[in-house]
Amino acid sequence: MSISVEVRQKFPGFELDAKFDAPAGLTVLFGSSGSGKTTVINAVAGLSRPSHARIVVNGRSLADSSAGVWVGANRRELGYVFQEGRLFPHMSVRRNLLYGQRFAKGRPEVAPFDQVIEILGIGALLERRPAELSGGEKQRVAIGRALLARPRLILADEPLAALDEPRKAEILPYFERLRDTFSLPILYVTHSIAEVARLATTVVALENGRVARIGPADEVLADPSFTPLGVRAVGAVLRARVAKHHEDGLTELNANGVPLLLPRLPQPKDDLVRVRIAAHDVILALQAPHALSALNILRGSVHSVRAGAGPGAIVAVDTQAGRVLARITQRSAETLGLAPGVECYAVIKSVSVAPQDVGAR
Amino acid sequence: MSGWLGAAEWAAVFLSLKVAVWATLGALIPGVFVAYALARWQFFGKSLLNVLVHMPLVLPPVATGYLLLLSFGTQAPLGAALKELGIVFAFRWTGAALAAAVMAFPLLVRAIRLSIEAVDPALEQAAATLGANRIWVFATVTLPLILPGILAGMVLAFAKAMGEFGATITFVSNIPGQTRTVPSAIYAFLQVPGGEAAAIRLLILSVGVAMGALILSEIFARKIARRVGQG
Repeated sequence: MSISVEVRQKFPGFELDAKFDAPAGLTVLFGSSGSGKTTVINAVAGLSRPSHARIVVNGRSLADSSAGVWVGANRRELGYVFQEGRLFPHMSVRRNLLYGQRFAKGRPEVAPFDQVIEILGIGALLERRPAELSGGEKQRVAIGRALLARPRLILADEPLAALDEPRKAEILPYFERLRDTFSLPILYVTHSIAEVARLATTVVALENGRVARIGPADEVLADPSFTPLGVRAVGAVLRARVAKHHEDGLTELNANGVPLLLPRLPQPKDDLVRVRIAAHDVILALQAPHALSALNILRGSVHSVRAGAGPGAIVAVDTQAGRVLARITQRSAETLGLAPGVECYAVIKSVSVAPQDVGAR
Repeated sequence: MSGWLGAAEWAAVFLSLKVAVWATLGALIPGVFVAYALARWQFFGKSLLNVLVHMPLVLPPVATGYLLLLSFGTQAPLGAALKELGIVFAFRWTGAALAAAVMAFPLLVRAIRLSIEAVDPALEQAAATLGANRIWVFATVTLPLILPGILAGMVLAFAKAMGEFGATITFVSNIPGQTRTVPSAIYAFLQVPGGEAAAIRLLILSVGVAMGALILSEIFARKIARRVGQG
């Protein structure tokens, strides 16, 4: 199960030259607008033909310019979730969901109709028209339609970008389920670092049409030099297990033996979660602070200090819970004498971790 | 009812209906095809095709009729070749239907083209990613969405065909029972003393058909706006 992509295309004043191999799981194609993400995903979908392409999905060649191979979009056996849903307005939800099936005879189904309906919670919508659905409902139906087309690959192009924050929070878990329930490769385009942190198995970062970075999500996000959207968006991801829901509204996590207290999470006890800790929410101290309102204090040692162009610096701290990034001023870094190997404490306010920054696994 | 219209008038009405139905049906498939090509494809000679389609709208109808006579008359090479196959247009009702079809064609194409342009190509792309080939995409996505537009175009074309006069009379003359449609009949009645009453009856009928067609096509147009407007 893997995707191998190579796309080249010249635009006026811009050249796209992207090449990457992604393993199984959910691969996020990440970058700011104009970085070429949509061109890449549409080439994989077969919707637009770049001047040079070599695309292999699970061993099947979908495009190979040097051999003159170009498989049409309708024969690529994929499911595409678009930003605006693109449901057929003249069909009921049920007919939308079943649209791809007649073209997919002979292929194994990803999941039976009833299971897809249940996972997405769209059983009550089947007889409605798309015009009668909310934005979030439309997107759930669009996911179901893609799944029921018996795809070998799922593509998603900024599927949350058109939704408001509450709707985003509603749809994100469905992509987590998609990633964890089915053994389908997923190629997911976004410019949101929060979605990368929650969803990505692998990150492919595009910058000006080139792959700037590729690797496992934890690794890429914990790298202080990875600041594609500016330092404000920097933050590492910790993996933890839900240990206990306390009565005062806090949830206790266990991150590799280290307790973490966060505002109440919806995940049940023993669930694995990933928690994104934004670098600007982390304070560093040389001694164990006491009489402090912040509840989470992680002991660790500095891995690296990276000064930014402005007054700030990103400090990577290796703790028992995992690597944490802290954004502090260069002045503080000098005053504290922070350098690789120095022991310090990372302080994280519980309430600074937003619920949308906590996701499955 | 037959007391209201005389036998000659009834003959004209029936002939007009027959001519208009055949003209509309005959123009339908080429009309959809040309409308689709103009709306969605880029090809060499596209603007020329566009001009040709709209020509009957701006050319004097008599000129269009004369052009038809020059092409499809029994003396013309094309007309002679078709005659060998048993197809004769000149001075037959079939010629009246051809003239009406040519005159109605631009109206038909315009209505359908507008409705095709209102369909988001993104929907057709979505259908393609789900496995539908071009023909399926057209049949299951494009066609249902433009159906009201097609119906609106057909209503307009039908009304135009019912009222076509200049090209018809030039191409196939004004032969009672053969090529004398309602407009030709009105013209003929006005040429003879005492024919005004019959002419006025046919006039009222024509006004009714025209208004009915315009109202129907308006209703269909609103329907398509509703269908396509909502994602």
